This record gives sequence, structure tokens and C-alpha cells, in this order.
Amino acid sequence: MTKRDVPPRWDRKMQQRLARGEAAALGELYDRFASLVHGLAHRVLGDERAADGITREVFTHVWEHPDSYDPKQGPLRTWVATLTHRLAVQRLRDTETAALARDGSGTAEELEHRVRRASVAARADYIVQSMPVPLRSALERAYFQRRDYRQTAADLGITEDEARRRLRLGLQLLSTAHDSGAPDAPPGHGGAV
Amino acid sequence: MSGPDRFEAYDDHEGEGGHEELGDHEEQDNSRKENSIRDELGEDSPGGPEHGDAQGPGHRQPPRIPMPRASVEDTGLPLPATPPPARPVLAHRVLKSLLGAWALAACSAEEATAVELHLGECGACADEALRLREAVGLLQRPESLDLDPSLRTRVLESCLERRPPRIPVPDWAAAYDAETARLDALLQDFGDAEWHAPVRLRWFRDDEATSRRTTVAGVIAHLLSVDGLVAVALGLDDPLGDVTSPHPTPAARTEAYWRASHFPPTRAVRAPWREQSHALVRTVSFTGSGVGAMPVPYGDFELPLHDAMLDRAFECWVHAEDIADAVDYPFDPPSPRHLHRMIDLAARILPTALAHRRRSGLAAPAHHRLVAAGEPGRSLRLEIEGSGGGEWLIPLDSPRPRAPPSTRWPTSPWTASSSAAWQQATYPRRRLRRARWETRRRSGTSCAPPLH
Repeated sequence: MTKRDVPPRWDRKMQQRLARGEAAALGELYDRFASLVHGLAHRVLGDERAADGITREVFTHVWEHPDSYDPKQGPLRTWVATLTHRLAVQRLRDTETAALARDGSGTAEELEHRVRRASVAARADYIVQSMPVPLRSALERAYFQRRDYRQTAADLGITEDEARRRLRLGLQLLSTAHDSGAPDAPPGHGGAV
Repeated sequence: MSGPDRFEAYDDHEGEGGHEELGDHEEQDNSRKENSIRDELGEDSPGGPEHGDAQGPGHRQPPRIPMPRASVEDTGLPLPATPPPARPVLAHRVLKSLLGAWALAACSAEEATAVELHLGECGACADEALRLREAVGLLQRPESLDLDPSLRTRVLESCLERRPPRIPVPDWAAAYDAETARLDALLQDFGDAEWHAPVRLRWFRDDEATSRRTTVAGVIAHLLSVDGLVAVALGLDDPLGDVTSPHPTPAARTEAYWRASHFPPTRAVRAPWREQSHALVRTVSFTGSGVGAMPVPYGDFELPLHDAMLDRAFECWVHAEDIADAVDYPFDPPSPRHLHRMIDLAARILPTALAHRRRSGLAAPAHHRLVAAGEPGRSLRLEIEGSGGGEWLIPLDSPRPRAPPSTRWPTSPWTASSSAAWQQATYPRRRLRRARWETRRRSGTSCAPPLH
């Protein structure tokens, strides 16, 4: 399957083009990742303008420091998602901390709880988007379209065994969104910023 | 893989890549689940005999057949002669496989009851069930993936200010870059129904309104074929490949492309179209602004490259609107700056179109006689209101278009996406659209290609 060979090459070439200062490459990068970046930022921050701001920060960072991405460490997509997650969570914490200092409502503990919840939600989104299509489409049918697993199997043209397997595996992957040491630990490898 | 897997988006490989990094989370997780995920991922046919690993040494589930316990004998109750019939040998495997469906409330009531009874006696399954139930709570409908199109411009501009590009996109290619990106974003979430939605393309031929039925995928095939004219002029591969077109015109190329394929175009046409548009932007960036005057043959006529790129941007927008209409989806006009350039192109083409019609006897001759270029003559003042609009003087008696006179620019190029700004921008769009059809109508069959 040559398809699996494509991403690393695309990632490497993209990085070289960015490093070379090719504006056209920046446009392509945006077209590929903008909705991912904006979506993650919006899930964390719950605010359109703030998500716009994070989107700008992320692409500015990649454009200004293309060498901070190391293709050997993993896909560019993961790196971009990691960077987005980190910047968005940081922004959320800053905003909430400022609000706490200003009107003193709530406690530091509640703040951490909110940050943690937003962070997990964004990570979960990313996991759903990144999981293999067969798993995602099974989950979508069972959860959003309220199909039971037998109907899901029929919809997807797979066995009932396979439908059960995909639902279970999809949820197992999704449940890893809860797994992180620090509340703001990004998904995947770190070192983005 | 089975049928649905073919529904992958063209760039779905990202998804595959994104999956790899999940291993990082798993490292922090307990090894039981990690192994279980790895096992599952490595399997092609679940439910086979190898699935007996549920009883393997790495798992802490109780044995399927309970061992007699001493306390049972002490009670004086009769000992079971055989294992309980309600627990068939595969029960645990099946129950475990049901955990995902159970957590999603996607199994039958009987199965749910069986799972819940099982959870009371199997710690491993109970742990997993809890974890999966929590995971269900993390499933959220994806939020709208539609980004404000002006965000792209703002983000890219802000980047390029911070670090000026060594290889910029020429100013005259910016509209094409932006419009192809907008159309691509529109196509992003299309399913088969959308790709095959009927689209009616309308244009003028010999002063008559005419139209052609195709599909959304057919429209993209059309854009691919005609953008190919520019690609060929730049020395890139012709998307028509071995298909020969009787005439190198946009319409003939499109018809040839449509005919050559045994089946109607499908979503598969998106990737080559997008790759070609990327290649065009990239190539003109590298060749630099000096190449802008290079002629691009359209069969019956030619345009300098910078105008050809504007023309393609214009067509991309118009057809994106055709597509958006076909699938009943909102689609904004281009940014005022780009819109302005497109209007300017249409205004500049008008005198040429008029001259052509005069030669063909389709338009009234010039007032007395044609005046030399730059000499005083009649002209038509075209005023387009709204952001992106401006004023143009269209020479009527001169064989050659003049350089456009001073034009009125919007005070700030598209800084807000408020509805007011949208309405402002929509207004010239409507007019422009009319102006565009007018251009075509006046130009007859040969100057403006009927289908491009």
C-alpha cells in the first residue's frame, strides 16, 4: 500500500518548502490543517475569535520555525495538533486565571478542572478524527445515527462480529483521551513549541 | 477492506498517520488494555480461534468453568453435575466483544442484560465497561468545519508579515490561490450524493442562452480540463493525458475529457484537480512575476498568463457557486480585493469582445470610424458599487482597451465578515455576474469560450 508511504514524504517536502520560504507551501499547509487547528482550538476555548487567534499563532509558528518540526518524530499532522493543543490550553488557563484574579469567582481547583475537561475533550476530538475510517464510521452510525450494532453491520456491509469489534476498538482508542500525566500534556510527542 | 473503506477522503492518509501516535497514550496506560488494542489492530478476522486469547495468561479473567468451592459443599446444597448451561463456552468472548456496543446502547435488551450480569462477576470486563462508557461521553458531534474564508487571508498575511517569503505567490495568482482553496474547502465534506448532484451550467452561444447538464464531479472535471490549458502553457503535464481534444478550446477539452471516461466523473477527480491547482500556484511562484506576460493559448484566442490566472480564478468562483447552489449550500463571494481584479479583467476584455462582434457584423459599427488607440473616442463608464467595486471607462471606438482609469478601492480590503460586509460584497457580485454573461454574449462564440 503506497498510501502509507505518502504522509512522511509529503511532510518532509512540506517542511523543506516552508524552510525555503515558499509562500505557496504555507497556503497548502493552511488548506490541509486549518480546520483541524481551528476545530481543536475551538473545542478547548469555546470561542470563535479565540480559536481564530490560536489558528494564527499556530501557522505563524510553523512558518517562522519550520525546523522545529522533526519528521523523524512523527507526522506533521500530529505535530501541528500537539502545538495547537498546547497553545489553546495555555490560552485557556491564562484567560481563566485572569478572570479568577479579577472577580475571584471560583477556585483554583475548579479552574484546573475546567482546563482539564477542555483538554480531554479536544484530545478526544483529535482521536476521533485520526482513527481509521472503518472505526469512525462504525462509531458514527452507532452513536450519532442511533443504529444498533446489527444495523451498523448491515449499513457497512460487515459481519456483526466485525461491527462489535469496531465499536469496542473505537471506544478503546477514544478512552485514551483521558490518559495524560499533566492536564495540559499534549497528545502525542511533545516538543512542539 | 470492505465497501465503506472506499469512502476515504483523498487525504485520508493523514488519519492513518495520526493513529500511530496513539501509542504514546498507551504507554501510560496499563499494559492489559494496550495489549488488547494491539491484538485487535493486528487482526484481520475477529472471532477466529485465535481469539481464545481471552483466556491467555496475560488476562485476569476468571476461568470460564468455575472451580467447585469448598463452601458450596458446606451448605449441603446439591453440587452441580455439569457446568451451568446458561454459560456456553464462548460466552465470555462474546460478552467481551459486546462491551463497545453495550456502552453505546447499541445492542439488544437481552444482550445488554447478559452483559450487565457478566459485569458483576468479571472484574476485567467491568473495568473495561466503565472505561468505554466514559469514552462515549467524549463523543461529540464535530463542530462546523466551515472556516471563515477570510481567515485564510488574514492568517497567511500575518505569517508573511512576520517572515517575508523568499518565494512569494505573484500578486496576480493570489485570487486563483484563494478561490481554489475556497472551492476545495467546500468539497471537503461532500458525500457521494453531493458529488453526483446535478448541476446545470449556463452560458451564451450565438447570442442564445444555452446550458449543459452535468454533476458536481463533472464541474470539477471541467475546471481540471480548462486549468490544464494554463498547466500546458507552463510546461506541466496535461491533465487530459492521452485524450486528444479536436480543438484546444476550453469547451472542446472539457467535452473530450467527459467523453473519454467510460463512467461519469466521481469524487476521484478532486485530487488531480487540487494537485494541478497547487502545481500552478507553485510554478508561477517559482517562475516569478516576469512570466506574467507569457501568452496562454485558449484555442481561439490567448490571454497573458496573469490574466489567464485571473480568468481561472473567476471561473473557479463561478463554478463553485454553481456547485454550492446544486447542493444548496451557502457560498460567499471572493474577497473584495480579488473580486476587484476579476471585474477589472471582465472590463478589459469588453473592448476586444466588442471589436470581434463588429468584425462579425453582430454589433453596430463604431460611431464614425475607429479611432487610434489612445485618441479621444466614446467610452462607457462602468461603475460597480460595494466592496471590490470601482469605476472603469470602457472605450467603445478604440480597437484596443485602454489601461483602466483610476479605480476606487475599498477603504480596507475585507477585514470583517459581518453580514453588512457580505451584503456589500454580494451586491457587486450580482452585477458582475450579469456583466460577465454580457461579456460572453457580446463576444459571440469565438472570443469567450462558451464553457470555460
